[in-house]
Amino acid sequence: MEWIQQLVNGISLGSIYALIALGYTMVYGIIKLINFAHGDVFMLGAFIGFYAIARWEIGFFPALIIAMALCAIIGVVIERVAYKRLRNATRIAALITAIGVSLLIENVVIYFRGASPEAYPEVLPETSINILGVNISSISILILAVTIVLMILLQFIVHKTKIGKAMRAVSLDPDAARLMGINVDNTISATFAIGSALAGAAGVIFGVYYTRIEPLMGVLPGLKAFIAAVFGGIGSIPGAMVGGLSLGVVETVVSALGFSLWRDAAAFVILILILILKPSGIFGKNTREKV
Amino acid sequence: MKKSKAFWVFSVLALVIYAVVQGLISVGILDLYYQNILVQMCINIMLAVSLHIIIGITGQFSIGHAGFMAVGAYFSAIATMKLGLPLPVGLLIGAGVAALAGLLVGIPTLRLKGDYLAIATLGFAEIIRIIFLNVDYVGGAAGMVITNMTTWTYAFVSVVITILVIANFTNSRHGRAAISIREDEIASDAMGINTTYYKVVAFAIGSLFAGLAGGIFAHNFFIIQPTTFGFLKSFDILIYVVLGGLGSLSGAAIAAIFLTIVSSYLAEYPETRMIIYSLVLIIVMLYRPSGLMGTKEITSLFKFGKKGGSQK
Amino acid sequence: MTGNLLINVENVGIQFGGLKAVQNVNMFLNQGELVGLIGPNGAGKTTTFNMLTGVYQPTFGTITFDGKNLKGLKPYQVTKLGMSRTFQNIRLFKDLSVLDNVKVANHNIAKHSIISSIFRLPSHFSGEAKMEQESIEFLKIFGLDVYKDELAKNLPYGMQRRLEIARALAAKPQLLLLDEPAAGMNPQETHDLMELIAFIRKEFNLTILLIEHDMHLVMGICERIYVLDHGQLIADGTPEEIRNNPKVIEAYLGEEVVD
Repeated sequence: MEWIQQLVNGISLGSIYALIALGYTMVYGIIKLINFAHGDVFMLGAFIGFYAIARWEIGFFPALIIAMALCAIIGVVIERVAYKRLRNATRIAALITAIGVSLLIENVVIYFRGASPEAYPEVLPETSINILGVNISSISILILAVTIVLMILLQFIVHKTKIGKAMRAVSLDPDAARLMGINVDNTISATFAIGSALAGAAGVIFGVYYTRIEPLMGVLPGLKAFIAAVFGGIGSIPGAMVGGLSLGVVETVVSALGFSLWRDAAAFVILILILILKPSGIFGKNTREKV
Repeated sequence: MKKSKAFWVFSVLALVIYAVVQGLISVGILDLYYQNILVQMCINIMLAVSLHIIIGITGQFSIGHAGFMAVGAYFSAIATMKLGLPLPVGLLIGAGVAALAGLLVGIPTLRLKGDYLAIATLGFAEIIRIIFLNVDYVGGAAGMVITNMTTWTYAFVSVVITILVIANFTNSRHGRAAISIREDEIASDAMGINTTYYKVVAFAIGSLFAGLAGGIFAHNFFIIQPTTFGFLKSFDILIYVVLGGLGSLSGAAIAAIFLTIVSSYLAEYPETRMIIYSLVLIIVMLYRPSGLMGTKEITSLFKFGKKGGSQK
Repeated sequence: MTGNLLINVENVGIQFGGLKAVQNVNMFLNQGELVGLIGPNGAGKTTTFNMLTGVYQPTFGTITFDGKNLKGLKPYQVTKLGMSRTFQNIRLFKDLSVLDNVKVANHNIAKHSIISSIFRLPSHFSGEAKMEQESIEFLKIFGLDVYKDELAKNLPYGMQRRLEIARALAAKPQLLLLDEPAAGMNPQETHDLMELIAFIRKEFNLTILLIEHDMHLVMGICERIYVLDHGQLIADGTPEEIRNNPKVIEAYLGEEVVD
């Protein structure tokens, strides 16, 4: 029974990774950029949610929506100001810019409010529900419910709406999409908006679940979510979901086995194994360089 | 013969710099505070130049350089503190083990390209750091206490060796082979260059000197801790190379010198330092992605003044 | 002029995913021959080159070069055996000087080790001097020696094409593969290039396989021609035979037959 408990914890953690990973994978799919600042958008989402709940005293769901909306705007601003000029730059220049944006966000936040952590207010009474002898906390259920709703929403947007179709077209071939009359710039911005909103939601959920947030909290989950995206096959939305959940479960199991200090290494070992054995990930496609 | 002239100019310059600094130290103008900045400058130049051979010359995008610095730091410290060996031997051991680590990391990862390679090197560097974090023999998270043994002389000699070796490598058929990989790996392969071999060699040489820098670093302070060698450190080193100009050894060294001075002035305000760093990084990438020097060397600014102008 | 069998390609094919890009290609070149490989766009000409040079591993068939099976060899190993190439979309080392571009291809004529270069041992200096001298010789043949210190990317287009051939030649091939060497050149440049190819062929005792879109050039200088269409060989023979082959004419319908 304890194992099922751990599995639930793993899925909760994995949901957070999955939500962040979706943003990585969508952005990479569309402009081939590892958006290192994505983890920091997640951090900003956590702080926006915190101020909304603790200072303005609005409930969890309004706070979640505000965080998602503001993160969407932040994501678009980052894309327009920093990344847009880089469309034709080298991959190295793009990656370094992304690292620069990440460092900038972190340090601007530290500059204005200090590096001290913040304790997230309680949004749900600390109860747990007993399902078949397993105690599942109400927060875990909340996290799962929110994640599932967001993922269904995302699937709907990507597959059933016009903007979703445009996103898929641009990720396949931006030039052809442009010739077909798709506004590529707006589509890329929409992708950033959706990805950043999901990261913002993940930030609020993280705060509620782990109750402690700080300005550098986005770095490690950001990297791990990226690993999850690579694991699932970068560019693939189902891949990001599966990758995120798997990584969460693996980390929880490694901790439960008594190797909690090695937990962070587990993610990186997975990363290296997947990169060496199957760089295209579980759901990814093989690509071949044209000679 | 041009190249051996550059060699002599460099050697004389190095001797002059050393003599002047040593003179200033002995008459007491440069106190311990400034000596420490000079040592840090040397460490940062070594790190920058050792990453330059990997990224700038061979074009392999590694963002885990701090991992090899950590290996050099810890193994040199084990040699001196645990085994009681003299510092030069410790430095050699640290650099050697770092080169070995470079081989171990490089052989599987260097067939990856671009972003994937970057992430893999970052992953390896984190694994290296987490290993040190979990080994009680080297103090785990609390770190390892080390006697301060580094002097300005050790640091300076190490820098000179680093620059000479990497410059000599670059200005040879081996260096050209490495640069051809950066320029076009497929064409390089088609011209008979064993690209895997040269990528691994450049990676190992880079790791070796990162390890040497780590050894100097470890013995310049009283303690080393795994947190020092996280990816923020790797990014710091990356910034030197990128700002200096991908492909320019002198550019990387100048950026390292300049940023060491800036950060020692801003030591009290780490956030301000990082905000400036990151803004500069973004602005340089957006408006001058080739960095300060591009692939040019400072020596080329002095000779062929006419040609230099037309090669834009 | 022609001699022994140099390269023999038997039933070679390659599959990408489910798609057979090239199949059942049989061809051979005798020493000293100049052979053309033509076909409409997307016929698989460059893919065939990539299989010969080790960039792609063929899924089927065997390639024997100078008596050795090329299976599993990497491009640099194939080059060392004596086969080198140019690329359809010029792949020069753009930020290296013209001289250094050739020196890279000259890599294997010198033997000094990394240690020797790092410590500047005598073998480094003698090796580098030899490379410098030979590379300049190649540049002279192509009239590029005046540009030797220019960056490759600053050369005019036609000169870049020439430099690619010079570089390929510096790798000391017995068999030279030229992938559309005249692409984008004007008639005068094309004419000069044809003369140059004839000259280096004699001078270096080369065997040459040439992909070309310019029919005029192919018909003018090649002794034999292979025609690829949709990944399969549809004809081979002398220029005269190819010109009158109905299959070839059909394959080229809609394309310009003669320039």
